[in-house]
Amino acid sequence: MQYAIIFLPLIGSIVGYLGKSITKYFSEVTTSLFVCISAALSIVVFFDGTQNNNYGNYIVLEWISSGDFKANWSINIDPLSSVMLVVVTLISAIVHIYSIGYMSHDPHKPRFMSYLSLFTFSMLALVVSDNFLQLFFGWEGVGLCSYLLIGFWYKKETANNAAIKAFIVNRVGDFGLALGIFLIFFYFGTINYQEVFQMVSQYTDQKLTFLGLEIGLITLICIFLFIGAMGKSAQFLLHTWLPDAMEGPTPVSALIHAATMVTAGVFLVVKCSPIFEYSQVALNLVTVIGIITAIFAASVALVQNDIKKIVAYSTCSQLGYMFFAAGVGAYNVAMFHLFTHAFFKALLFLGSGSVIHAFNDEQDIRNMGGVSKKLPYTYISMLIGTLALTGFPFLSGFYSKDAIIEYAYLSNTILGNYAVVIGIFTAFLTSLYSWRLFFKTFHGSYNNKKTPIEKTHESPLVMLIPLFFLAVGALLSGFTFKEMFIGNHSSDFWQTSIFFLDEIKHELIPTWFLFLTPAIVIISIPISYYYFLSNTSILKEFKNTNLPLYNFLSNKWYIDEFYDILFVKTAKNIGSFFWKKGDLGTIDRFGPDGISRLIKMISNKAARFQTGFIYDYAFVMLIGLSILLTYLILN
Amino acid sequence: MNFPILSTLIFLPLVSAFFLFLSKEQKNNNSAIYISLFSSIATLVLSLFLWFSLDWSSSDFQFVEEQSWINDYIKFKLGVDGISILFIVLTTFITPICILSCVNSVKNRIKEFLIAILVLETLMIGVFCSLDLVIFYLFFEAGLIPMFIIIGVWGGSRRVYSAFKFFLFTLLGSVLMLVAIIAIYWLTGTTDITQIYETKIPKEYQNLLWLAFFSSFAVKTPMWPVHTWLPDAHVEAPTAGSVILAAILLKMAGYGFLRFSIPLFPVATEFFTPLVFFLSIIAIIYTSLVALMQDDMKKLIAYSSVAHMGYVTLGIFTLTKQGIEGSIFQMISHGLISAALFLCVGVVYDRLHSRQISTYGGLVNYIPKYSFLFLVFALAALGLPGTTGFLGEFLVLTGSFQKNYLVAVLATFGVVLGAAYMLWLTKRIIFGQTKNEEIKNLKDANRLEVLMLGTLAIFIVFFGFYPTPLMETFNVSVDNLILNFNQDLDNFKLVKND
Repeated sequence: MQYAIIFLPLIGSIVGYLGKSITKYFSEVTTSLFVCISAALSIVVFFDGTQNNNYGNYIVLEWISSGDFKANWSINIDPLSSVMLVVVTLISAIVHIYSIGYMSHDPHKPRFMSYLSLFTFSMLALVVSDNFLQLFFGWEGVGLCSYLLIGFWYKKETANNAAIKAFIVNRVGDFGLALGIFLIFFYFGTINYQEVFQMVSQYTDQKLTFLGLEIGLITLICIFLFIGAMGKSAQFLLHTWLPDAMEGPTPVSALIHAATMVTAGVFLVVKCSPIFEYSQVALNLVTVIGIITAIFAASVALVQNDIKKIVAYSTCSQLGYMFFAAGVGAYNVAMFHLFTHAFFKALLFLGSGSVIHAFNDEQDIRNMGGVSKKLPYTYISMLIGTLALTGFPFLSGFYSKDAIIEYAYLSNTILGNYAVVIGIFTAFLTSLYSWRLFFKTFHGSYNNKKTPIEKTHESPLVMLIPLFFLAVGALLSGFTFKEMFIGNHSSDFWQTSIFFLDEIKHELIPTWFLFLTPAIVIISIPISYYYFLSNTSILKEFKNTNLPLYNFLSNKWYIDEFYDILFVKTAKNIGSFFWKKGDLGTIDRFGPDGISRLIKMISNKAARFQTGFIYDYAFVMLIGLSILLTYLILN
Repeated sequence: MNFPILSTLIFLPLVSAFFLFLSKEQKNNNSAIYISLFSSIATLVLSLFLWFSLDWSSSDFQFVEEQSWINDYIKFKLGVDGISILFIVLTTFITPICILSCVNSVKNRIKEFLIAILVLETLMIGVFCSLDLVIFYLFFEAGLIPMFIIIGVWGGSRRVYSAFKFFLFTLLGSVLMLVAIIAIYWLTGTTDITQIYETKIPKEYQNLLWLAFFSSFAVKTPMWPVHTWLPDAHVEAPTAGSVILAAILLKMAGYGFLRFSIPLFPVATEFFTPLVFFLSIIAIIYTSLVALMQDDMKKLIAYSSVAHMGYVTLGIFTLTKQGIEGSIFQMISHGLISAALFLCVGVVYDRLHSRQISTYGGLVNYIPKYSFLFLVFALAALGLPGTTGFLGEFLVLTGSFQKNYLVAVLATFGVVLGAAYMLWLTKRIIFGQTKNEEIKNLKDANRLEVLMLGTLAIFIVFFGFYPTPLMETFNVSVDNLILNFNQDLDNFKLVKND
């Protein structure tokens, strides 16, 4: 069964593509069916684990063995990976079905479905690995699929550039991850998770000098691993690829850039909790980066106008939440938020896809509005998604996001307190931009000039049913799984898959604190309604008086421009310099070309001696004779 | 085993080249292709048989043949072990593919071209079988001649310049190696390397001798800064020439390091390791950046070869298990991948006669099969896990991290650059808008081309997922190499302390 979960998507991917010409819907049906079976089996495995404690490690094949450097292809089922299995296969199955409708007019559907299934396989390979090398395989595998899917519409220059950017920024992250793996292998002599985790406590005092700094071994490993996580999860400084990745088709954004791949970084940190727990420095770094990302992305999301980019920045921001949850030591809460976020963010993306579909590929929210009656089902699902995202009481986001803020409070450190303040403020910003998106899209007047309102249409059933399932998830996943994931007995569920050095005690929290975030979230709804819908002139005024701030935010803090100058242009310039001045100007000029020129010159000179006149030769002989005589006389 | 299987392997292509030479010129030269294809496949089968009948669990030289040659001093001695067998198989595997590629790309004097390829095959197999320095030198240097002719006769417009540059560079290093071989003979009284392994070369001579060998191998690898002949040679060489050059000729140097430099001169190897690391790192970073800016496809791939060979030299001189195994794996992997990439360039060059990247763009719209294969090879070249390119690089980096973390960090950074130039190339050729009208009438890869490229793709992916057959082949030999190296080093140090 475990084998089937992993390999069905791969088989679906290959068979679906190869058999595309058999019948019309062959690829769509095959890939979707295989992933659905895989999802059903994952749920069985998940409950088999929780009820019967049926976990295990299955080795498929030896991959590589070079001295002590050994890795197997393996399927490791533990509570953590079984949660990820459910998230990945379930969302993937939903997205597969949705894509049948969304991509129905695209001539390259089989390729698209095949990529989606291939992605699912890579992601599963990532989460069920029992060693760092297979993790790396999945890690780059999902990066590849992301590259292929972002660049799916390969005729678009922007899509190609976004695809390359995504891959290369991720490669920078992978660079860190790879170094982390080298370091682990060097000191621990193995790259198997279990063996590494058992040895960590012996190395807590090990120090080494790196680039002139003395630093703890465990800390350095964690920092390297975290750089990998930052790349994949689009954390601050390595986040630039994620908004650009919205060039890909919307189902891709829902699956890869919201629910699954981007959470791989969080998964890595949680999976390596036995290492991270021994390095407070690294955990603090995780927290700080998480906080910065959360507030940075939320601030940028406030002023974006592309519906998908707003949701993308929102994803970035929510990932920040997950990281600072992990950073303060609440790994299970981070996983819980990952779990609920998968549902409501996929819902928001697929809902946005439905809106974009309705407006005939319009993505700018300034050109929308007034269609709440025309798209009733999309409207309701987006409403549920928005409520869940903002953390409206009793929806899924409420349980997980508030838990993060509470745990940050309970961690009782200075950094934890910062996290609380920024977490609450970001929750407020989240509400603002979410409701801004929602109101501008569905309420107010109809603003689209290209498509008349009569032409907007509700999506077909094949797109609405997935929305329905996700809406159910967004409504209930928080309430249903709260006890299991983060309740008082959650350690019974997670067992050894998450490691706590000393667990945060679930003490009593002041009542006012418990009510603070929900209160802010609820208040922000009328505020948003007033500013974004009924009285927009105040904001316009504000924008005009604070133009620098507005530009700063809408240009995403100018980070892309900065990188372009610092890395892209520099690399190209250095490349040209090395080529023109180094290879051609120095090595060739003084090397082979120089030598051949020199030989030519000397032989030309030498040739001039051969004049053929006797008096020339006689003169040379005379000179030679006189030199010889002088030499003899002087001796 | 009395049957001289290695000699047969070496001389089979030569004999068929001789037959080809005697055969009559015909109008359509299909018979020449069939003859050479048949003989090269026969060689391949023989080499596969050799591979499977080799005892992998022993590090000794096997199938050893010995014949006295000149006055009993210089022997014609052949033998293979777990390391060399893979290079032999690589050679015999790539040659038939090259011969197939001639069908489309070589238009004139195809018979002579095939003769050159077959002679070259003989010489390359000879290099990997030789157990005597003089024999090795002869095969190693004689390989220059057919390659020189291939570039000079069937090459592009600047072929004469490139051919001479290639010849000058490689000959310069080789002359020093010849002097070193004579010196070794003078020191030890033999050129049989198994005997030299036993008698050892005195410590005080090692550094100079190592440098002499190094000068030859560094040019062939090629290492920075003596790499500039490679882009020119590749650009002007016909497709089959580029393939052999990248896939096999470059590997002779890496093999040379493993077979000669390390076991013969352990002290010097230890002494010069920082130099090799330094040059390898420059090769990786510098040429990756240069590759980024190329506007000629073949030049770009040639520069990427230099960067990939940088990993090889880096890995070999880490003298760790992972480093050396990674290097050997990387050499095999690069043999397959670079061969495939040059074939890919050849396919579109045959149709449009341009190597300029700007000529292409948007190929995927019109020739999807080709584009898919190109993408696979590009991804393998940038080291995507699941292809052979990844395992080689990753093992080399793992090994180098154990020696020097700074070197490893810099080399790992090269992986990022590798992704940059390879993806950018793919984007400019395969994806994007089609600007050139001619592309719209392009024919997709024909059956022959799909066969060649598909075979390579299958092996690149298969060994990426399941490298065990390769790893097991050289496992024991590499263990033995490292063990002997460390023992020799200890012995020399003991002598010093006394």
